[in-house]
Amino acid sequence: MHPGPVVRARGIVKSFGAVIALDGVDIDIAEGHVHGLVGPNGAGKTTLLGLLLGLAVADRGTLELFGRPVRRALALPAGVAGFVDGPGLYPALTARQNLIALASLRGVRRPGIDDILDTVGLTDVADDRVRGFSLGMRQRLGLAAALLTHPRLLVLDEPANGLDAVGTRHVHRVLSRLAADGASVVMSSHRMDDLTALCTEVSLLAAGRVVFSGPVSKLATETAESDYRLRTSDAAVARRIVGDSSAVRLLPGDDLLQRQDTQALLVRGSMDSIEDLVARLVGAGVAIRELAPVVSPLETAYLALVGVDENSDGDGDGAPQSAGRKRTTDPTEDGITL
Amino acid sequence: MTGPTKVLADPAATSLSRADTAPAPLWRAYRFELVKLLAQWRLRLVALVCWLGPGPVVAVISTQSTLPSDTVFGRWMGQTGWAGSLVVLGFACSWLLPLLTSLVAGDVFAAEDRQGTWRYLLVAVRSLQRIFLAKALASLTVVLALVVGLAVSSIAGGLAAVGNRPLVGLDGHVLTPGHAGVSVLLAWLTILTPALTFSAIGLLGSVLFGRSPMGLLTPVMLAFALALAQLLPLPVLVRIALPSWSFLAWHGLFTDPAQTGPVVAGVVVDLVWALLAAALAYVVFMRRDFTDPAYDGAGPHLVALALAPLVAVIAVTVAVLAAVTSASGSGIDRPKLEGSLATAYAHLYRMQTGELGRPDVPEAQLATSASCDKGGDLVEDTGAGNDWRCVVTWHIPGATAVGSAIYQLDVTPDGRYVADGDGPQSVNGFFQVRTPTGDAPNPLWQFDGSVDLFTATPKG
Repeated sequence: MHPGPVVRARGIVKSFGAVIALDGVDIDIAEGHVHGLVGPNGAGKTTLLGLLLGLAVADRGTLELFGRPVRRALALPAGVAGFVDGPGLYPALTARQNLIALASLRGVRRPGIDDILDTVGLTDVADDRVRGFSLGMRQRLGLAAALLTHPRLLVLDEPANGLDAVGTRHVHRVLSRLAADGASVVMSSHRMDDLTALCTEVSLLAAGRVVFSGPVSKLATETAESDYRLRTSDAAVARRIVGDSSAVRLLPGDDLLQRQDTQALLVRGSMDSIEDLVARLVGAGVAIRELAPVVSPLETAYLALVGVDENSDGDGDGAPQSAGRKRTTDPTEDGITL
Repeated sequence: MTGPTKVLADPAATSLSRADTAPAPLWRAYRFELVKLLAQWRLRLVALVCWLGPGPVVAVISTQSTLPSDTVFGRWMGQTGWAGSLVVLGFACSWLLPLLTSLVAGDVFAAEDRQGTWRYLLVAVRSLQRIFLAKALASLTVVLALVVGLAVSSIAGGLAAVGNRPLVGLDGHVLTPGHAGVSVLLAWLTILTPALTFSAIGLLGSVLFGRSPMGLLTPVMLAFALALAQLLPLPVLVRIALPSWSFLAWHGLFTDPAQTGPVVAGVVVDLVWALLAAALAYVVFMRRDFTDPAYDGAGPHLVALALAPLVAVIAVTVAVLAAVTSASGSGIDRPKLEGSLATAYAHLYRMQTGELGRPDVPEAQLATSASCDKGGDLVEDTGAGNDWRCVVTWHIPGATAVGSAIYQLDVTPDGRYVADGDGPQSVNGFFQVRTPTGDAPNPLWQFDGSVDLFTATPKG
């Protein structure tokens, strides 16, 4: 067993013509972890996942998988599986035929196919052609195809796309189980709930660079301010106390709250200032019925990354910041810090 | 949660996977490609048509009173079961084979672009070389299976409807049923090399043009261009240097002696084209960056670079043919045409004699000769055209008089001609003759012939 990280990337640079997709990426992914890649469109997530799957090699930098350097495209150590840009299955074949064909190709025993179909919840449609599958069903079948080779490193690009609640549960269960069994999972997603629920570590990418990489819990401390929903026994007093505080702000236009709930306030502040607010509310005899973050630290970080205030109408997709950068003379101009 | 436990905690399977670090073996990748090809409903339909279609068509046409006499061997479909297959072969050469290669090889790479499955395939196989080889071999296998279907079905239909009877060759000599069968199979074999060529062209188009329909159409467009070229009065060396020559060269297998020169030249030219086109497709494929999200075909610059060697190979082939053969000009001139016509007439005269129940006369005793002229005195007696007029003379057995018959010849640039009887009425005026067993087609009324474009003009 390799003692170091399953994935170790240092100074990875990858360009497509004049567009720099990855610009000095450093990343470590440990064994038994589900590692999320977060970033706006064009941040370089898919390119990075493509490198992990051996679809290309970096222009510069080093990439090691299981301690072995990857120097040529498609020259991967065994145990790496997954998909980027969709699961890529053959529409003219049934779900079972897709898996059988892949199993035959990779020399994997076939009897496990029914179990894998069961694992991803596709037993009922195993003999239906993939042509008629929804996106969510294709995603689950793509996951099944990746599981066929019993990966130690599973690389998934937006695996939650199109999944309904049942599909999401299947995928979560499979990925959690894989990680518990010692495999590593790297996945990108725009669904913060999935990433928050699944990932033990995340890397935030912007314009081809990693702006944060580490445990999700660390994000909370690194995120300067978060928004909280505050319900108390006396909203008027609470509103006054918040107004008196210089460190906590009362946010207007509480779209994120239930409009009928007149006792709820939306406040923004750092962890310390919120704790101070709680002490002052209790001191004033106001009972706190609910204090919860409106968005997860991960989502807060992501929204900060793309430059969207979650209370604004923000159509901000962050496109100017997020799209793969053209070569510039100032390599730091697009740098974003939390 | 039994599923994940079963799947993820299978040590035997896991160890198998972990040990398997190499790319997928070629034969497995080949099988994978075959499975994908055969899963396409349109390909299944085409296979069904190729295997089941020609038989009934040949059977029905063979039993009709009006036969497709404008196609080679079409006039003999009612006389022998082998002729129908050759009519299908001629049709396949013109359009069907390029179409089949378009559908199979022309789409084998583009389909991955269309379905967005390249990255999945690359991760699964882990070798660009093996993916290319597997796709090339699988598409070639399917194309060959379709061609075999056409051959088997058309032969079966003809034999079932008409029977295993002698076939009249393109020089009028009669092939025994066994000899006819061997020649028909050889004729089908000769188009395997152009099938290879057009498949390689299909692969090249598919690689070059990506998901664009242009890739799919490449073999058909090439066939169309080559068919047009064969209609032009091109020098015979250029004609033979084109990859469509094999589609015509098989005619030479039905003369005695067989015109093997054009057949061999066609096979060699096709092999060169196939290897070159496949090599170009391979180079372009290996240069592709599969992670580039903006990829949309190889681009006009690379397309031009890839097609240039194919044009260059025509020039090289012409030079080589000029050095190693005696063919020149159009390959069709008066002495060769007269020799071919006289030979065909002698064979067919003997055949007619037999049908009429008269004593057999060997061709040598007939001492047949022909005298041809193209377009009158002002036109040079060379090349294709429908303005050839020939007079055939022969020694009538048991008489001192010399018989003569007139024919109008329509000679096509590929050396094939149709001789249409223009009198006297007693020899070639009627399309049927009355035999002791009933009416039969008059072999001297109208018949096909073939000039060997490859041979030098006889002296004197």
